[in-house]
Amino acid sequence: MIETLDKYYREYNANIHRGIHKLAEEATIAHEEAREKIAKFINANRTEEIVFVRNATEAINLVAYAWGRANIKQGDKIVLTIMEHHSNIVPWQQLANEKGAKLEFIKIDEEGHLRQDEIHELIDERTKIVCITHASNVLGTINSIKEITRAAHRFGALVLVDAAQSVPHMRVDARDLDCDFMAFSGHKMMGPTGIGVLYGKSKHFENMPPFLCGGEMIKEVHTTGASWKDLPYKFEAGTPNIAGAIGLGVAVDYLRNVSMETVHDHEKQITGYALTRMTEIDGLVVYGPKEVTKRVGVISFNLGDIHAHDLASIMDEEGIAIRSGHHCAQPLMEFLNVPAMSRASFYIYNTNEEVDVFINALEKARKLFNP
Amino acid sequence: MSSDIYKDIILDYYRNPRNFGDLANADVRAKDSNPLCGDIIEMQLKINDGKIDDVRFKGRGCAISQASASMLTEVIKGKSLDDVKAMGKSNVLELMGIDPGPTRIKCALLGLKVVKLAVYGYLGQAITEEVKQLV
Repeated sequence: MIETLDKYYREYNANIHRGIHKLAEEATIAHEEAREKIAKFINANRTEEIVFVRNATEAINLVAYAWGRANIKQGDKIVLTIMEHHSNIVPWQQLANEKGAKLEFIKIDEEGHLRQDEIHELIDERTKIVCITHASNVLGTINSIKEITRAAHRFGALVLVDAAQSVPHMRVDARDLDCDFMAFSGHKMMGPTGIGVLYGKSKHFENMPPFLCGGEMIKEVHTTGASWKDLPYKFEAGTPNIAGAIGLGVAVDYLRNVSMETVHDHEKQITGYALTRMTEIDGLVVYGPKEVTKRVGVISFNLGDIHAHDLASIMDEEGIAIRSGHHCAQPLMEFLNVPAMSRASFYIYNTNEEVDVFINALEKARKLFNP
Repeated sequence: MSSDIYKDIILDYYRNPRNFGDLANADVRAKDSNPLCGDIIEMQLKINDGKIDDVRFKGRGCAISQASASMLTEVIKGKSLDDVKAMGKSNVLELMGIDPGPTRIKCALLGLKVVKLAVYGYLGQAITEEVKQLV
């Protein structure tokens, strides 16, 4: 992936879709090949359903602005879940405030699964869109998206899936899930930073006004007005992150080569091992589902009353990087009534030996604070 | 058991915070938080003749933030308001005897910021940029 970025900047660094020269042609082909790879990777119906953005956050904002401003009216309902990342809350809060719409949150049970009764209670005829994470970045819970899309579509509501934590870790089939929009980020799946994807069914994309306007996204511009390019370019204003898109395509090649089944199996194994070993530590509380088949490879926890940032500092001294704090999910923290958590995350490159180092560091922290 | 920033003295102040609690008849109270960690510190001061007569603090958060606030309360007791206004980052680090590093420095300086907020509040003076930028 890194070599691909290097090669682009060294050998065919040119803007796409307009230059009438060899380098521009090469760059355009590589950029559009990456789009095709990603479309296949998530089993989109068509390549034009893949829009390149900076990250999942921008993807969600695109929908909240372009689709939301055109379709949400006063009194409409937007249904979210209490486990959403801020990036799948704040754009909808802004939209709801502007339009006088109402936000409702599906809550969770003790194990961190969405409450079935609330799914069916809150999604109703006033609901216009349901915005839900595929896998929680805090609890690791894998949500049953098909159940949500069935419930929402019965009332004609759309479903946006935040797949930032699922696409990198398991096979995700956009067509099978039947979601209307899906957002994910390149940097969580071995790709570069600053590149992300918005998937959307073309019937929605066609009816949406553009989000950002300017160069690259127009067909014609006159002093009296402008017309837009066809999909997906209507949503890609300005010079894009060309190297980033090509790099993401190569990351997708890599993951397909390893196979997403292998990635998921490896994570299940290592998460199971870590969860078992973590029960050895006195006073350690793990959040989220107990069964490894119902979660992705993130484990959020607290150790006694040691603050998450103290734990992270001690771990850092041992060469272990964990996330600590509110994990960009303050509503979930409030719901669970904990000020902060620590989180260990695993990917294809982590090993059981690294889990052992992590467990030893936890034990060290426990002894330091509770001698 | 060695740890660079979690020296025994820091952990001791964290576990047994000095001057923790409420101050009856406090002349001024101030409170602030560190959004990164969610640390919260409240300072209550009794001021007499331009000097800090007594002080209590309350709060919750990481060991660095709570220990530094507690250590600070001991040092400022008896100091003039001008002396407190003149205190800075180096005073706190010297007090703690550690270098918390760039990511944790805000935890260490929260207590000082809140003390200064209280002093400026008591004097009815505008909060300076220097104070705002502590955390």
